[in-house]
Amino acid sequence: MNFLLSDEQLALLDALRGLLQDKCDPRHVHEIFDGDGSYDAGLWQAICEMGIPAIMVPEELGGLGLKLIDLAIAAELVGEYAAPVPLFGHCAATIAVALCGSAAQRERWLPKLASGEALATLALGEGDSRWLPGEWEIAGEARLNGKKRFVPHGLEADLFIVGTASGLVLVEKGEGVAVERLDGADRTRSLDTVTFADAPAEPMPGDEASVARSIDAAAVLLAADAFGGANHCVEMSVEYAKVREQYGAPIGSFQGLKHQLSNMALAVEPGRGLYWYAAHAWDELPEKARHAAAQAKAHLTDIYLQATRDTVEAHGGIGFTWEHDTHIYMKRAMLDWAWLGQPEKHRLRAADLAGW
Amino acid sequence: MDLGFGPEFDGFRAEVKQFLAENWPPADGDYKSKENERRFVLAAIDRGYLHRAVPKRFGGSEQAPDIARAEIIREEFTKARAPSGRIPGTGKLVVPTLLEWGTEEQCAEFIARTLTGEMRWAQGFSEPNAGSDLASLRTRAELVGDEWVINGQKIWSTGADRATHMFMLVRTEPDAGKHDGISYLLVDLRQPGVTVRPLQQMTRLPEFCEVFFDDARTPAGNLVGERGKGWYVTRSTLKHERSGIGGLTWSLSMMRDLLKLARETQRNGKPAIEDPRIRTELAAIDGQLMSLTYSTYRATSHAVHDRDVGSFSTMPKLYMTDLAQRIGKLARDIVGDDFVDMSGPGKKWIERFMISLSMSIAGGTSNIQRNLIAERSLGLPRDARGGSK
Ligand SMILES: Cc1cc2nc3c(=O)[nH]c(=O)nc-3n(C[C@H](O)[C@H](O)[C@H](O)COP(=O)(O)OP(=O)(O)OC[C@H]3O[C@@H](n4cnc5c(N)ncnc54)[C@H](O)[C@@H]3O)c2cc1C
Repeated sequence: MNFLLSDEQLALLDALRGLLQDKCDPRHVHEIFDGDGSYDAGLWQAICEMGIPAIMVPEELGGLGLKLIDLAIAAELVGEYAAPVPLFGHCAATIAVALCGSAAQRERWLPKLASGEALATLALGEGDSRWLPGEWEIAGEARLNGKKRFVPHGLEADLFIVGTASGLVLVEKGEGVAVERLDGADRTRSLDTVTFADAPAEPMPGDEASVARSIDAAAVLLAADAFGGANHCVEMSVEYAKVREQYGAPIGSFQGLKHQLSNMALAVEPGRGLYWYAAHAWDELPEKARHAAAQAKAHLTDIYLQATRDTVEAHGGIGFTWEHDTHIYMKRAMLDWAWLGQPEKHRLRAADLAGW
Repeated sequence: MDLGFGPEFDGFRAEVKQFLAENWPPADGDYKSKENERRFVLAAIDRGYLHRAVPKRFGGSEQAPDIARAEIIREEFTKARAPSGRIPGTGKLVVPTLLEWGTEEQCAEFIARTLTGEMRWAQGFSEPNAGSDLASLRTRAELVGDEWVINGQKIWSTGADRATHMFMLVRTEPDAGKHDGISYLLVDLRQPGVTVRPLQQMTRLPEFCEVFFDDARTPAGNLVGERGKGWYVTRSTLKHERSGIGGLTWSLSMMRDLLKLARETQRNGKPAIEDPRIRTELAAIDGQLMSLTYSTYRATSHAVHDRDVGSFSTMPKLYMTDLAQRIGKLARDIVGDDFVDMSGPGKKWIERFMISLSMSIAGGTSNIQRNLIAERSLGLPRDARGGSK
């Protein structure tokens, strides 16, 4: 029994951190944020070349055959750097294809998704807080009709994994698919409204349990992103408190601020254990996995949003500007909080799943 | 990462179960008898199940650190409702402190008898004018011949009326600086120079005491660490007091109790647990508890593998305090009208509501914990006065 990252996992993190330090400094994130709403293609390609999207694809289909914990720790780093790449939607959709796709669908798509040659995304939300299996109303098997909202990078996606009343279906971009970009808060991860009008669709044979498991993986990835972002907010605020001076002293020497920063760190740091556990449970403890995923999503995204608010406060006026990083993290936190349903929804699910 | 036990541990679990089947409940069925408990604990130590970090020559079972085995033991002992061997009160702090700082003779004299419950300890740190600012303490000890002679007053000393001994901080070098003049002594409380006066707490229970020293005595050999270096010894006691290892088990059992309360209390004709607001808050508390649980696993794994756990090391006490207070408040909401009746069905929860407050005072107040997190974990500038010296 141990609850540690392995040497391989630490090496993966080192390599990814090196890449992000090099290609994803804050100035660069701001440029993308202020750009046309598309992601950073060069950075995404480098991340794909490093094999991140291949992590959970089986080896025989061009992947690395690793686990959700491996992908989740990578997602944490992407959250820490607020990297403007479509990692979340793409990887969550890739997991859904691996779990729910037919042999033919898996063979056709997984190698391309692992390498990043094709981009996939998850189309789940329908508005009115309908995000989960059993809540989806959009219907159609061979031909899909209806609207999905809050689809990550729908404009750029080649493949949509769509939640419908009868399970997941796979839709390729093109015929019958109209995409409209939302005026998204989080411009590092654009969201789109996707309207399907007689779009050719292929049902995916995965059963209810596999669909649920795919959604759980998405929840864990959001939780990991949230932890990375929240932890960065703590670090950013602490570093600022060490260098910014008022009254002739670093502001971090004033106890009021020190205690605010301690409270932030105290809220955030223990969440690491929870998201690790949720990822590990998904990999190894199937009977605990759903509950843990719901808890991780609820807890970490709640904490993240609050941490970003505290970060603004800790920075004073500069923290309230468009130029500063604070608002980018806050907007990523807003997405993590809302996407797949609010914390309250997942807490009520967790209570049901715990058998309360 | 591996939270499973794996087949190699099945044999170990079977052995533990077998041991429990043979030893608990005791043959005469009297599971409340102190003597039965003592015998059980000795047998469990003999088998390597309890006090695993304490060397054999000091009465422990001297096992290599192994979180899987420790967890199996904890699980099986809890299931069988067997004694956990936990040292009551603040005595659990003196054992690791002695292991770190004590001489061979001190360890031999005090540890084994503490493990068996023969010696019961009180902590004598706080004084009327030395609370958070502990180093300003004024109780004095002078070396006269081969004895320390102690004069002064301690306060808030939990369980001192039931204790046989006290580990305490005294000023031995009146001319040295604030922190450098303090020494750490072990004192037998059963002597004429010591007067113990219980103080009633807000819960109505007389749990802590004032302790007066008038020419009380202890052998020169009962000094732990060097003379004038007691502050450093204290730091290791406080580290154990704040590490929160035992606190996780306690938090988990509070949560179980809270769920039971929510199931059994009716609210608008339905069990309270079905009320969406209460249900959401229960789940939120559980999320916090899961964070504590797995961060504690993570911290333990890091310690066993000699890796730095990072900022979490200063956090368990304050996190647990917040959790206990959140549990206390939700219990209050569920108890409802009966929250005014000290003898009613909410009695236990009214007490806990108050006890959860003592957690933000005893062992260093929550503000002092925030100073520690800020200065030790976040590296913020030290406070010249109330800092984490
Ligand atoms: C139930 C219980 C059991 C106890 N058991 C024991 C025991 O067995 N042995 C023992 O020695 N002691 C024991 N104590 C005493 C405990 O350690 C002290 O009460 C505690 O350290 C605080 O000291 P104080 O009471 O003098 O409060 P003070 O230090 O006067 O604090 C009062 C308030 O001021 C705040 N404050 C003080 N300094 C600062 C600062 N620098 N920055 C910000 N805020 C500050 C505190 O946070 C607190 O809110 C116990 C206390 C309780 C409640």
